[in-house]
Amino acid sequence: MSEPDGEYAASALRPYVITKGRSRPSRNTIGVETLLIAVDPPRDVPVSATREERALVRMCERLLSLVEAAAHLELPVSLVKVLASDLVDSGHLSARSGVPQAVLPDSQLLQEVLDGLRRLR
Amino acid sequence: MVSVGSADRYLPDTVQQAVKILVVGAFGVGKTTLVGSVSEIAPLRTEEVMTEASVGVDDLAGMSTKTTTTVAMDFGRITLNSWLVLYLFGTPGQRRFWDLWDGLAEGALGVLVTVDTRRLEDSFDVLEQLELRGLPFAVAVNQFPDSEEYGVEELRTALDLLPETPVVMCDARERAASVDALISLVEYVSNVGTVRVRETAS
Ligand SMILES: Nc1nc2c(ncn2[C@@H]2O[C@H](COP(=O)(O)OP(=O)(O)OP(=O)(O)O)[C@@H](O)[C@H]2O)c(=O)[nH]1
Ligand SMILES: [Mg+2]
Repeated sequence: MSEPDGEYAASALRPYVITKGRSRPSRNTIGVETLLIAVDPPRDVPVSATREERALVRMCERLLSLVEAAAHLELPVSLVKVLASDLVDSGHLSARSGVPQAVLPDSQLLQEVLDGLRRLR
Repeated sequence: MVSVGSADRYLPDTVQQAVKILVVGAFGVGKTTLVGSVSEIAPLRTEEVMTEASVGVDDLAGMSTKTTTTVAMDFGRITLNSWLVLYLFGTPGQRRFWDLWDGLAEGALGVLVTVDTRRLEDSFDVLEQLELRGLPFAVAVNQFPDSEEYGVEELRTALDLLPETPVVMCDARERAASVDALISLVEYVSNVGTVRVRETAS
């Protein structure tokens, strides 16, 4: 395991304080696997931003999934979903692949997954 | 498996799309081992806070009593090609964690169910839940030194699986075996998709 970057291991209550009482993200297309990256050129976060929001923007200086950012920051995934969603809305982060809206993944995509897995054998 | 420092934790900038597969199973069946054997990063662990309404608490004030449980979930990553990355999530199969699946399973390619033949009955609930939720799954059977030897068909019957559900023997500690189990799942999902398309077309 790599060294944790989060100096704050969140308690059960803190997430709801950090997100100002909301437990659901503003957009429902954000999933654990959504790829996040800070916008380029970077935009300064407002002075009112929480340190968790700042830390998330910093973590996403290059491409990373939401769940990886959460793990490195030692923050609960549900909290990071809310923060990421807000930071995408405010134009600080861009989200590259959200939860697919189609019921079934398309066959082209599945084929690419299969090809990739077969190369690992 | 190489431990990654913060310098190479990131994905290549060319990656455009992420997909995911859930690895679900009862306690101690080898979920973390399977994820770790195929992951290109040291498996990471994250906590999800789950809020549950307390059962059997009669609250006269009319306020619902909630308890929060922290669920540990570990995951790994495989960069499949320059634009596509696969995430694998090891998720506990016990009933009290099912709510966690809802968010996690949304948009997932499918589920790999890990099964320990010494405790087949531990998997019944999980399999039933997946069927109810309509999530496509394959079964990876992990064998332990003291496991009895079963044939695939015997296990299919014991687990009451559909004839088309893939059942693969898998040593989760072996990368090749874990990759093969994932391949069986994705092949199955591809076929399910084809069948459904044909049905709607006719
Ligand atoms: N022989 C054998 N041992 C295995 C296999 N898979 C896992 N193990 C061992 O079984 C033990 C439990 O494996 P884990 O991967 O921690 O299981 P888990 O499902 O993540 O467990 P929990 O997260 O605690 O529910 C470890 O000691 C593994 O080395 C397998 O396929 N064959
Ligand atoms: Mg585990």
